[in-house]
Amino acid sequence: MITAGIDVGSRSVKVVLLEDANVDGAPQLQYVVRGKHLMFPGDLDADVAADKAFSDALSACGIGREQVASIFATGAGRKMVKFAKDSVTEMSAGAKGVSFFYPTARTIVDVGAEEGRGIKTDGTGRATDFAGNEKCAAGAGSFAEAMSRALQLSLKDFGEASLRSQKSIPMNAQCTVFAESEVVSLIHSSTPKEDIAKAVLDAVASRVCAMVRRVGIDNDVVLIGGMVHNAGFVQSLKAAMDVSEIKLPDMPEYVSALGCALLAAESAH
Amino acid sequence: MSVVAELVPTAQAGDAKPEFWRWEESCWADEAVDWRSAKTIAVGIDVGSVSSQCVVTADGKLYAYSSMRTGNNSPDSARNAFNGVHQKTGLTLNDVHFVVGTGYGRVNVPFSHKAITEIACHARGANYMGGNKVRTILDMGGQDCKAIHCDDKGKVTNFLMNDKCAAGTGRGMEVISDLMQIPIAELGSRSFDVDQEPEAVSSVCVVFAKSEALALLKGGYTKNKVIAAYCQAMAERVVSLLERIGVEEGFFITGGIAKNAGVVKRIEKILGIQAMRTEIDSQIAGALGAALFGHTLVQKQGPAQPVAVAG
Amino acid sequence: MIANYGYKDGSGEYYISIDTDKCIQCPVGRACLTACPKSMFETMTDDYDDEVVWIKPAFRRSLAYDCAGCKPASGRKALPCVSACTPGAVQHSW
Repeated sequence: MITAGIDVGSRSVKVVLLEDANVDGAPQLQYVVRGKHLMFPGDLDADVAADKAFSDALSACGIGREQVASIFATGAGRKMVKFAKDSVTEMSAGAKGVSFFYPTARTIVDVGAEEGRGIKTDGTGRATDFAGNEKCAAGAGSFAEAMSRALQLSLKDFGEASLRSQKSIPMNAQCTVFAESEVVSLIHSSTPKEDIAKAVLDAVASRVCAMVRRVGIDNDVVLIGGMVHNAGFVQSLKAAMDVSEIKLPDMPEYVSALGCALLAAESAH
Repeated sequence: MSVVAELVPTAQAGDAKPEFWRWEESCWADEAVDWRSAKTIAVGIDVGSVSSQCVVTADGKLYAYSSMRTGNNSPDSARNAFNGVHQKTGLTLNDVHFVVGTGYGRVNVPFSHKAITEIACHARGANYMGGNKVRTILDMGGQDCKAIHCDDKGKVTNFLMNDKCAAGTGRGMEVISDLMQIPIAELGSRSFDVDQEPEAVSSVCVVFAKSEALALLKGGYTKNKVIAAYCQAMAERVVSLLERIGVEEGFFITGGIAKNAGVVKRIEKILGIQAMRTEIDSQIAGALGAALFGHTLVQKQGPAQPVAVAG
Repeated sequence: MIANYGYKDGSGEYYISIDTDKCIQCPVGRACLTACPKSMFETMTDDYDDEVVWIKPAFRRSLAYDCAGCKPASGRKALPCVSACTPGAVQHSW
């Protein structure tokens, strides 16, 4: 049986196609990712974008729409996906998706473009508690992105620059809008870009960490969402959370969509 | 008292790109007064995160002021603000009996004798500008938003300040000015040139309000209508702050935003209360209050020695 | 005067209010300073030359997180700072 998970985030749409397989002798079903696709909606409305992303994902792996038994949606725009059978919260989807990769996960940190959240999970892939900071752009990816633009660095270079810094400059501003001015004055006072990059990522990490502390930090800690690709952020987050290791899944942006597809499969059985 | 401010040209020779958010710097002095014949000269310096003001009082009456963009550091911004007044009047620090620093950079005014918070100074300044009936003050600063209650003497009885978020601050307005590529001074009048008053965009976050504004523009809204939606959001944000401590009659607005009719009129409409009007530039309230505190201190303890500063 | 320290952002409004009139002649030896597990209070002289307490500037923009450890959800009954101040000068808005 093939199911699909569609994660309609504030910046991009992610689709995961999942197939279950009976492996001989195994006590339960195994799941295999048949395809995944990420799309930036641009000017399209959420429902049109979701539909297009879904179609593109299907054609990329040669599966027909009629072959998909069930579709679940998640993310900020999940209610807009009219063709989905059901929608689930990012907490449930995230917890389920992470359990696929790391059954030992207990604390999940999900940092998206405009929202950040901490999710507590047990060994069964359920979200038992969560804390979010929706509606304040400062604890999320777009903050780092805005600062990297101010420094005229690509996000990747921005993350790597931060790793080269040895200093810890605290940032005063909590708001993205103020922080941009603060970064500009740091640049004017000839602060090296590496130190500014680290200051910014430390600031986001400390805000994310404060959020996650509300649900408690227990090993194993897993980070999902696009920020996984930012090595500087991962480093800052480890320091802020005071943990020696943070697990980083291979397809970090797709974890919630994957969780969604898993939930769709479970509900169909 | 006629207040015709002289516009100080903002030196932008060689600037290729026009900066729409840049408001005019200004200096003013009361030509009818000769400061040399005053008994007590007090100076207030308000170093904000966006703008800096210097106000001079002569015998407790407003005599001169300057309003400049804050530079990269507080001491220079303070000196620059005083210099504006010096250029206009010939007054030097040796002629001044007391200097009070206020604002976010107040502890960094090198030639001040005392630092007083902008809360107390705004209340005192508003009491001078609006009279002793002023009870509720709203100040939208460059990077903060304050709601203040005061008594008939301008003493603070309740206050609340939000400096975490850009929503409801001057920077928040600069963001839309920059986005729409329209000079900040024009935003107010443009916001009324609409066929129908639109709903507000997000009032809790400027970053989100900005994305929403872009979406509205793409969706067919005229620039003026987007500005109107944004002004409405600012007004709602600011009113929610005010209502936390309550609004009494004797409502006075200070700060640059008082010059933006687009936000002011919408605030008045939501509250059902008219803001008191003044002839004096709303941006100088903090520095004016500071100077008045200085004046009182001279009455109590005599003039202070000019602080020795290098350069 | 009532001094409100805190902020409003997308997630809510978080203010700690201090009634300075009740604070000036503190009858409990500034108990709030030690009652707070994070030492968020400190004494200072205000603009009107009265000695009162305030919330240290470093904490004012993150009250939702800093105070979370004392809020009902974490099992504590009453806020330590509010209980310690018997004149009732300290209030939380959330």
